[in-house]
Amino acid sequence: MFKWLHPFAKPETVYHLCGRFYPWLISAGILLLLLGNIWGLAFTPPDYQQGDSYRIIHIHVPSAIMSMGTYSAMAIAAFIALVWQVKVAQWSVLAIAPVGAIYTAIALITGMAWGKPMWGTWWVWDARLTSELILLFLYLGVIALSGAFTDRQTGAKAASLLAIVGVINLPVIHFSVEWWNTLHQGASITKFAKPSIDPSMLWPLLISILAFKVIMLALVCLRLRTAILLNEQHRPWVKAMAKGQ
Amino acid sequence: MVVLVSFIQRELRLLARQKADWLNPLLFFVIVLSLFPLGVGPEANLLRIMAPGIVWIAALLSVLLAAERLFKDDYRNGVIEQLVAARQPLLSFVLAKLLTNWLSTGLPLVLLSPVVALLLNIETAGFVAMLLTLLLGTPLLSLLSVMGAALTVSADKGGILLALLILPLYIPLLIFASAAMEAAAMNMPYHGQLAIMLAMLLFAMALIPMAVISALKLNVS
Repeated sequence: MFKWLHPFAKPETVYHLCGRFYPWLISAGILLLLLGNIWGLAFTPPDYQQGDSYRIIHIHVPSAIMSMGTYSAMAIAAFIALVWQVKVAQWSVLAIAPVGAIYTAIALITGMAWGKPMWGTWWVWDARLTSELILLFLYLGVIALSGAFTDRQTGAKAASLLAIVGVINLPVIHFSVEWWNTLHQGASITKFAKPSIDPSMLWPLLISILAFKVIMLALVCLRLRTAILLNEQHRPWVKAMAKGQ
Repeated sequence: MVVLVSFIQRELRLLARQKADWLNPLLFFVIVLSLFPLGVGPEANLLRIMAPGIVWIAALLSVLLAAERLFKDDYRNGVIEQLVAARQPLLSFVLAKLLTNWLSTGLPLVLLSPVVALLLNIETAGFVAMLLTLLLGTPLLSLLSVMGAALTVSADKGGILLALLILPLYIPLLIFASAAMEAAAMNMPYHGQLAIMLAMLLFAMALIPMAVISALKLNVS
């Protein structure tokens, strides 16, 4: 398997691969987002308890799920970067971090907007909200640490190490609604049991989650391409490409 | 083992000669504590309610203050570089750092706790809980801050960055420690919170030294 994977550690290959994937990913992501959100916002029945204001779920839940999913992707990249010393993996940690930070911020802001009509307050210090806020701080810490060194590579490695340490927060966020009985409701979608959400609302939600995921991949491809060019700017293949155009 | 003992002796000697390194954070702890009654008013009931949070926030900040200089001198002198270059296992160096860091910042906080209890009108039950949470919590604070210091040792803007990295990781500890002290103040059992703090401490003890070693290595490479 390593023989098969090894060419993908080469920056040039990854650069062209990302370039090939990006247009597909971004157009698929935007289509799915439009489909999921328009379906969810305009064509699903209102909730029997929360009326129409539950519809923010189609932005809140996908961004919250992807804030954690993006972090685990970043941590896996960080692990690969530190264990096998793959440079592309280091750069992808830095490419992923701001995307994840934005998703976390979206999840927090939409959650606040949802909490105001439902709980009557913008913010409560409940376990899930607090741990999601810590996740945002961890993302910001990774970004800040990577920029704090004069040597860019040391910064990338230090940020990778911090990303791995922060993984400890993921299970805490995920299970916080089960461990502590707090204001935030439990999960509506589970893999093992029948979901507690009606199918008419479930499908647009699943499409929105997929859309957020695909858009994340597209943005990371774009950022990774830029990072590769920035770090490899003195290599022959970049110079040849720049001359060719 | 011999190496570990000699590293510990070296750290203790350094601490004995640079008293400001560990006395200033302690002074800072006491000053922060005395600022709260001045800021929110000296009413005894109010202070008793706020005491858990005040004690733990002051402890977090003073440990953080002490952490900043932890590896700086060794890095500038080239000690860390020499240790990495000599292919010596860094574990005993890191363990000595951790132990002496706790002895110089965590333990004095535990010893100061009776004074703190007097200042903030904490009663006996609350005092016992504070003592226990400080005993379990300060080693974890030391572990996390040593890791933060190791990560940022060669960074340009170490101090403020260290706070940004480490304070989010302190939050779970802060939650459980002040929950335990609040429960004790209301005469409720708080073994659960103490058990979770102990679990976090053991987990960190097993894993953080490895993270510290690799952080030091990547800072001198």
